[in-house]
Amino acid sequence: MSDLTLRQWLLADAPTSRRHARLSSLYKGWLTLRTNSMAMVGLTILVLLVFTAVFAPVLAPHDPFSQDLASRLQPIGTVGHLLGTDSLGRDILSRLIYGARITLYIVALVALIAPVAGLLVGTVAGYAGGWADVVLMRITDIFLAFPRLVLALAFVAALGAGIENAVLAISLTAWPPYARMSRAETLTIRSTDYINAIRLQGAGPLRIITRHIWPLCISSLIVRVTLDMAGIILAAAGLGFLGLGAQPPSPEWGAMISEGRRFILDHWWVATVPGLAIFTVSLAFNLLGDGLRDALDPKDDGQ
Amino acid sequence: MALAERPTGGRRSAPLIHWIKSILKTLGTIAITMLGLLFVTFIIGRVMPIDPVLAIVGERASQSTYDAVYQQLGLDKPLLVQFFYYLWDVLHGDFGNSLLNARPVSEDIARVFPATLELATLGVLIGIFLGVPLGVIAAVKRGSWIDQIARVVALVGYSMPIFWLGLMGLLVFYGVLGWVGGPGRLDIFYEDVVPTRTGLILLDSAIVQDWDVFRNALTHIILPAALLGYYSLAYISRMTRSFMLEQLSAEYVITARVKGLSERQVIWRHAFKNIRVQLITVIALSYANLLEGSVLTEIIFSWPGIGSYITTALLSADMNAVLGGTVVVGLIFICLNIFSDLLYRFFDPRSK
Amino acid sequence: MNAFSRLLTGAALGMALAVTSTSAMAETPPNMLVIANRIDDITTLDPAESFEFAGSDVSRNVYQKLVNFDPLDLDAGYQPDIAESWDVSEDGTSITFKIRDGLTFHSGNPVTAEDVQFSLRRAIILNKTPAFILTQFGFTPENIEQTIVADGDTLTITTDKPYATSFVLNCLTSTIGGIVDKKTVMEHDKDGDLGNEWLKTNTAGSGAYSLVSWKPNESVTLKSNPDFYLGAPTMERVVVRHVQESASQRLLLERGDIDIARNLNPEDVAGASSVDGVKIADELKGRLMYVSLNQKHPELSKPQVRQAFKYLIDYEGMRDSFLKGQYTIHQNFLPQTYLGASDEAPFNFDIEKAKSLLDEAGVSGLEIEVGVREAQERIEIAQAMQNALGQVGIKMNITVGTAKQILARYRSRELDVYLGAWGPDYPDPQTNAGTFAYNPDNSDEANATGLLAWRNSWDTDGLTEKTNAAVVENDTVKRADMYKTIQADFRETSPFVIMFQQIEQSAMRDNVTDFSTGQAITSASYWQVTK
Repeated sequence: MSDLTLRQWLLADAPTSRRHARLSSLYKGWLTLRTNSMAMVGLTILVLLVFTAVFAPVLAPHDPFSQDLASRLQPIGTVGHLLGTDSLGRDILSRLIYGARITLYIVALVALIAPVAGLLVGTVAGYAGGWADVVLMRITDIFLAFPRLVLALAFVAALGAGIENAVLAISLTAWPPYARMSRAETLTIRSTDYINAIRLQGAGPLRIITRHIWPLCISSLIVRVTLDMAGIILAAAGLGFLGLGAQPPSPEWGAMISEGRRFILDHWWVATVPGLAIFTVSLAFNLLGDGLRDALDPKDDGQ
Repeated sequence: MALAERPTGGRRSAPLIHWIKSILKTLGTIAITMLGLLFVTFIIGRVMPIDPVLAIVGERASQSTYDAVYQQLGLDKPLLVQFFYYLWDVLHGDFGNSLLNARPVSEDIARVFPATLELATLGVLIGIFLGVPLGVIAAVKRGSWIDQIARVVALVGYSMPIFWLGLMGLLVFYGVLGWVGGPGRLDIFYEDVVPTRTGLILLDSAIVQDWDVFRNALTHIILPAALLGYYSLAYISRMTRSFMLEQLSAEYVITARVKGLSERQVIWRHAFKNIRVQLITVIALSYANLLEGSVLTEIIFSWPGIGSYITTALLSADMNAVLGGTVVVGLIFICLNIFSDLLYRFFDPRSK
Repeated sequence: MNAFSRLLTGAALGMALAVTSTSAMAETPPNMLVIANRIDDITTLDPAESFEFAGSDVSRNVYQKLVNFDPLDLDAGYQPDIAESWDVSEDGTSITFKIRDGLTFHSGNPVTAEDVQFSLRRAIILNKTPAFILTQFGFTPENIEQTIVADGDTLTITTDKPYATSFVLNCLTSTIGGIVDKKTVMEHDKDGDLGNEWLKTNTAGSGAYSLVSWKPNESVTLKSNPDFYLGAPTMERVVVRHVQESASQRLLLERGDIDIARNLNPEDVAGASSVDGVKIADELKGRLMYVSLNQKHPELSKPQVRQAFKYLIDYEGMRDSFLKGQYTIHQNFLPQTYLGASDEAPFNFDIEKAKSLLDEAGVSGLEIEVGVREAQERIEIAQAMQNALGQVGIKMNITVGTAKQILARYRSRELDVYLGAWGPDYPDPQTNAGTFAYNPDNSDEANATGLLAWRNSWDTDGLTEKTNAAVVENDTVKRADMYKTIQADFRETSPFVIMFQQIEQSAMRDNVTDFSTGQAITSASYWQVTK
């Protein structure tokens, strides 16, 4: 099949199979997304981030851990240290590059845990109704009513500081909105004619939820996750800032800001460079999420 | 949800009974959620590896001093028993004394909460007054440069690490330019000048018409409030835009335009009127988020609010303070939620 | 309506003024001293219980003691305060103090021997954390009727052994020696707590200042006592405000919103010192920064390994970089300026030497954990150390936690390595000798969590007895020599790597004179300050 025909096939007015229909709508979404230049900027930044993380050992000019007390706090533009050095004389650029791995790791893990947990709780509550719904939603409410950072802090304080615990803590605070959202969607989908039809054909609840309800929740979930990514990165950085995220000497960006804030008045770049990195990546996720929302779900009201 | 609540006609007393029932149900929900909140917090507090006894007696205490405090705190009793004792006290309005500074937690909260309230209120007001018009304009001029700018402004607000922006803001506007007051709620020599009535310094100083204090408090609050305001502006403006877009594409708007109503009338009289309710929900949510106490902002601005209060307490294992703080924050969150829910039911044409 | 519209116009006016307010330099009122400090460690203001730095600062200015230090001449040692003079009995076990006439508490009540007796007995009965400072002389709740006795205008205390007089009097200068107003305190007695509950948040002293308010994590405000027996303080009001960030403290100071900033880090000190109108005052403090090795660990307990760690610290590199100006190299457990202090510093950063010591001990592929609390300078020391250890093939994992978390593990002997600080409790060599080089029972059951030697499971190799002997030696020169000998042994054999002694750098407006943080022996005092 040549490119042209593939394109035609994808843009066919009358899809020939379910798979065809799905691929076709994905492609149309991609075309819409591609016209949104800002979303493309975001996507490019994220691709670059992944690239940086994967090739960190090749890209980094120095070992991110090697110290040199004699040349500490070098300014931006120093020969050999493009973004300067930190308090222990480590190369900030190299740390930033290796830090991209940690950021991606956090983002990927949270993005796997929180929405899935939320989806599970939400769809089960919405589909089952009755007591299951009441109990699950009350639990969701309880977690929603918690001050987010405090919950994460308490969790990390209980389990000990560290990157894995930070991920768990953030996921713990991030899932309730997904649960609420998927419950609301499930409620509307549940009573549609085609679900009734499937049920009449004898499909069990498990099958209905996994095969028919989940796929319909996915697109709004993806949009929401992309938009939340920025918040997750910021939360991880906040934990790092409070000393409860990644442990030294790990070059986590939030922890780097925290270390650098002591010199903010005279050596502003030590905190500013990782600050800008966090900002750039969050912005990229936001741009992409915003574009995705327009492309996939024009009427999404974010509730 | 709202559709399901449609009252069925019939006997006259039915709506009243229905109303009472729904109130009771709401109260029941609050009670259960609060109980769950308390329980989870309590458990977190007890399983934390930070030793509250050590927090009180300090590093050098002898074993006998340690044991005495251990018993005094009732830590030798089973967990559930401890929880019920605590619950009993809370139901009697007693949050207990702070383990660390020996003051009643309720007193501490009465001191720190107004600081957060003042900051959050000003913040959310900034968010509303700038965010709503920005969102409306962006929706009306969809795709124009103004829409793009609004989008960038909002997304930048979403993406900024607030602790970093706070430090930079402090450095530039206080350190270099001197336009605003420094960390804290007041310059030190203005402290305790105005009698505390509400704990909101702006209000307290306005009541006694001490404009020096008022002005000073304003210079201190403006920067952190602007930061929080920017953050909620980002959220509010995006939401407003999306609600407005939905309305503007609705048929009645087109009809109104066809009928020859001016653009302003269409936008504000018709479309905007219909998004009020959704907007209130969004605003309530962002207000609730700010009221939780923006821990990082409070730390950077030395703002003695509830966020930093709970955090400090948590890190020093002062569980009574953590529990008290969490209950207050949770209660506010739940109440705001219910408030917006009620408004929703009240205003939403579909639920009538 | 009228009031409301006035309110509105006022608000508008205020708003306009605020926006147009120029960047004119602020200045604190001339009779008021404003200090930025971290005061989140204050848990109580009761002198019988208070044991933290910021709390001790309050106590020093509110409560008088039997003997006290003159902030303008700290080198002179303890001086008469409430006690006008004292006599030591022939056998050296009792001291009789003559109480100064004409002193009054802030309440107006006279200061009597009865109050002194009450205060000291109270501290022993309450048995709060710092009580050991007094009970180490043999005072118990059962015997205080005989050992702490007021008679007319004198007070006699009787110890269980003939301790060095300087040792006893030095202990009485610490916070727990603060004298409270018996009458006022007992008015607030609740269920026989001797007013402890009330004194936690109120004061009843006779010192230069009285407490106006303490808002936890926010501020402490003091007002001067015009009847103070050394003369009314110039600073009529002192406000200590809690400011966490060094950068914030520096900004406040540079803009003139505060008079003194007490927690500037080295970089901010360097930055602030070049600003017009700001000066820096250095004071050597008693706090030591050390690393200790748990002797339960099979490798860390080898003598060569202990020795090797002492060569794996980049003392000079750290002192000259991120600790610059705030720590000086010090390798003995008695801080400089203390009786018997030694400035011997035989260890330097020597990777090769450490390597050969480790080879000798047959150590390879060692992986250990260090616990450190989340204070930036300690984390940096830990990272620098991690780097050095990596060069000799030891992998050291850093666990950062809150002070309480790390401490709890240290006290239960769980950490391989601890990196932390130790400050003396009272200005006598016994304070550190009694914890670093004293451990009469090294078993787990002894649970002597207060002793650093015990926490590291170190039986002191015979230093315990030498420490016991030094504390009853009344000849000061001999006593000093004894401590020097103990420290010489300690330096070589102990599992403690003592690295640095703290220098506190207070940055202040240059019109502030005579401020003192109390050096290594006491806390900050405000009554002598002028500006």
